[in-house]
Amino acid sequence: MASVDLQNEQSGIEFVEQSVQKWGRSPSALIPILQDIQQQYRYLPEQLLTHAATALELPPASVYGVATFYAQFSLDPKGKYLIKVCDGTACHVRKSMPVYEAIRKRVRLVDGKSTTEDMQYTVETVSCLGACGLAPVVTINDKVYGQMTPDAITAIIDMLEQQEGEV
Amino acid sequence: MIQSPAELQNLRDRYAKGMAQQKAGILVCAGTGCVASGSLEVHAALEHALKEQGLHTSVQLLLEEESTGGVTAVKSGCHGFCEMGPLVRIDPEGVLYTKVKPVDAADIVAALDNGEPVERLLYRHPATQQVFVKESDIPFYKHQTRVALANCGHIDPNDIAAYIAKDGYQGAANALSRPPQDVVDNVLEANLRGRGGGGFPAGRKWSIAASVDADQKYIICNGDEGDPGAFMDRSVMEGDPHRIIEGMLIAGYAIGASQGYIYVRAEYPLAVERLRQALSDAEAWGLLGDNILGTGFSFALHVKEGAGAFVCGEESALIASIEGERGMPRPKPPFPAVAGLWNKPTIINNVETLANVPDILRRGVDWFKNSGTPSSPGTKTFALTGEVANTGLIEVPMGLTVRDVVYTIGGGIRKQMAFKAVQIGGPSGGCLTEEHLDLPLDYDSLQQVGAMIGSGGLVVMNEETCIVEVARFFMEFTQNESCGKCVLCREGTRRMKEILQRIVDGQGAESDLGLLEEVGESVQAGSLCGLGKTAPNPVLTTLQYFEEEYLAHVRDKRCPAGVCPGLKTFAIAAEDCVGCSKCARVCPVDAISGKVKEPFVIDREACIKCGACVDACKFGAVVEVA
Repeated sequence: MASVDLQNEQSGIEFVEQSVQKWGRSPSALIPILQDIQQQYRYLPEQLLTHAATALELPPASVYGVATFYAQFSLDPKGKYLIKVCDGTACHVRKSMPVYEAIRKRVRLVDGKSTTEDMQYTVETVSCLGACGLAPVVTINDKVYGQMTPDAITAIIDMLEQQEGEV
Repeated sequence: MIQSPAELQNLRDRYAKGMAQQKAGILVCAGTGCVASGSLEVHAALEHALKEQGLHTSVQLLLEEESTGGVTAVKSGCHGFCEMGPLVRIDPEGVLYTKVKPVDAADIVAALDNGEPVERLLYRHPATQQVFVKESDIPFYKHQTRVALANCGHIDPNDIAAYIAKDGYQGAANALSRPPQDVVDNVLEANLRGRGGGGFPAGRKWSIAASVDADQKYIICNGDEGDPGAFMDRSVMEGDPHRIIEGMLIAGYAIGASQGYIYVRAEYPLAVERLRQALSDAEAWGLLGDNILGTGFSFALHVKEGAGAFVCGEESALIASIEGERGMPRPKPPFPAVAGLWNKPTIINNVETLANVPDILRRGVDWFKNSGTPSSPGTKTFALTGEVANTGLIEVPMGLTVRDVVYTIGGGIRKQMAFKAVQIGGPSGGCLTEEHLDLPLDYDSLQQVGAMIGSGGLVVMNEETCIVEVARFFMEFTQNESCGKCVLCREGTRRMKEILQRIVDGQGAESDLGLLEEVGESVQAGSLCGLGKTAPNPVLTTLQYFEEEYLAHVRDKRCPAGVCPGLKTFAIAAEDCVGCSKCARVCPVDAISGKVKEPFVIDREACIKCGACVDACKFGAVVEVA
């Protein structure tokens, strides 16, 4: 498990406390609380997992079990741009894998890694985004791009980087 | 606050008249597909154009007495014809505009006055070039019967008044005025079968839960639509959320539950947002909460977001997930209808099943049984995708043939290629071939050929699709999603995936085919839940119907569709290559090199055989060699 120091651990613990206030202390509150943490930090920092376990009086192992079971949760930090390539059946049949390879090449990901060294990009595949009519589909930070080709997605990433440069 | 069924009826009439008095209702599709194609920009441009023309506009439906005869321009749910998006529908005429861009807004608004639709935006049939003005005349829509999807694309999902104007909550009003047992009997008699895949009669589940004595019962709507290639539940939740609330309200009343959960997949943020809005509106209007419509019945609903696990579509795993645990199935019995959520009697129905309930109560059992087949009455939604001309979401009477769906509604295979197979029911289903084109699509006919309706994903494949690779794809999916509880599912799916990987890599042997069958049958026999019981289906059906293609892979080391990377080698034909360097630029592993204006060459060692160069070359110079 990655153990990245939170810039301000105290604020993280306060965040968990607020979430616990919102959802309550029953075991069924665990998943919503983890979802809050995931949304805020874009991963589940180890310290906050432990804190959630203490707050709900659950064994840390159970919390870890839930955190690793569901695909929505990540124990590793994600890049600034989270690129999801849909590899559901419809997208697969309409050739989503060449699109995936093109993205990996464009952001220079090698050796099976999914996040770039500079933490700019994380590239993943997902089972189905439910936009099968527009296959193949890619989302970048939840914005949906339909009917993608290797060329089209490369151009979109070019544009993103251009916008980055302007900021 | 609506306090009685009579008051609801009165409101319905006043809103329906308000709707009829409008000059026009513009419905811009804001389903996930059209939003991706830019429909929100189209909506903004239309609002702007309406303002410029000085037309009276409102953002929601008005009552008869408030109506100004103006225009509403609203964002609707999915119209279904995603391929042609962004879609804009003009009511009351039902004109459908396709592939609309923001620049078209002024012309669309001008057309409201002069009565002449904007011809360039109308749907043109690709083969016959015939132009269609009305949505209902387009072949894609003409052969559909919409019940669950009736309002999708026809109303603003965020406007409860629009749902009420379309007879919304009338089914609930009807149910609440009768004894609960009557409602259960109605659904039982209608023989409404579970639309999530299993086809178990919803009424049977309801009567079990209704007969159990308990201080608390629950009703859960299963919106964990995990099948890759299916998006009907998403469309109903996004496009007509009140229909689901009404269905749950009726179910809750029938079994005596005062609490309900809508479990929505994590990947559907828009559905969550629309459902939350709908819940709070229904509460504000007195259609949820205490003493609904003055009948004394109280019912509360909650939205629960899933966290991304396919197995949570299984009833007991879904319950475990709501309780805050890992989503692992439990042995049955006891069935959830007896001991479910927190050990209380719980009914879990799929989104589409519940979406059918309001109409059964409002229009009656006989009306419902009018469509479909005797053993599978009603309609079914299908997500028609893959290599078919018209992709999108459809709803047809049960019992229509595969041919009707793929050719009449779907417009045939893209790029005039040959039909090869249709994969039905996602990772639990099977592949149907040309010989099944006249097979009726209903629960029992499909089961007889080893497939299942599943949630209704229909992925059409053409001659360029490799069946073995698709089988490997599904096995990889189920292996990944196996929760790990049952050894045969956990280990068996992994071994099956490995064998299939070996075959597509060109390392397979003839004996592998028998082995796949043996392992597949063991996984089916030794798994607790539906995931494992059905996981081998895509492999077993393709082994049965496409044995030749498997044999070509293992015996002749050849992939007839030309897909499997391990079985092909690429080369550049020097005489056709102009040296434009396009192939070298698209190559993801930099395996192509050469000088501009001279023939390029592929380094066979470095090549990963992805085929990007073949698609990129405009001169057909990259060829597959044996």
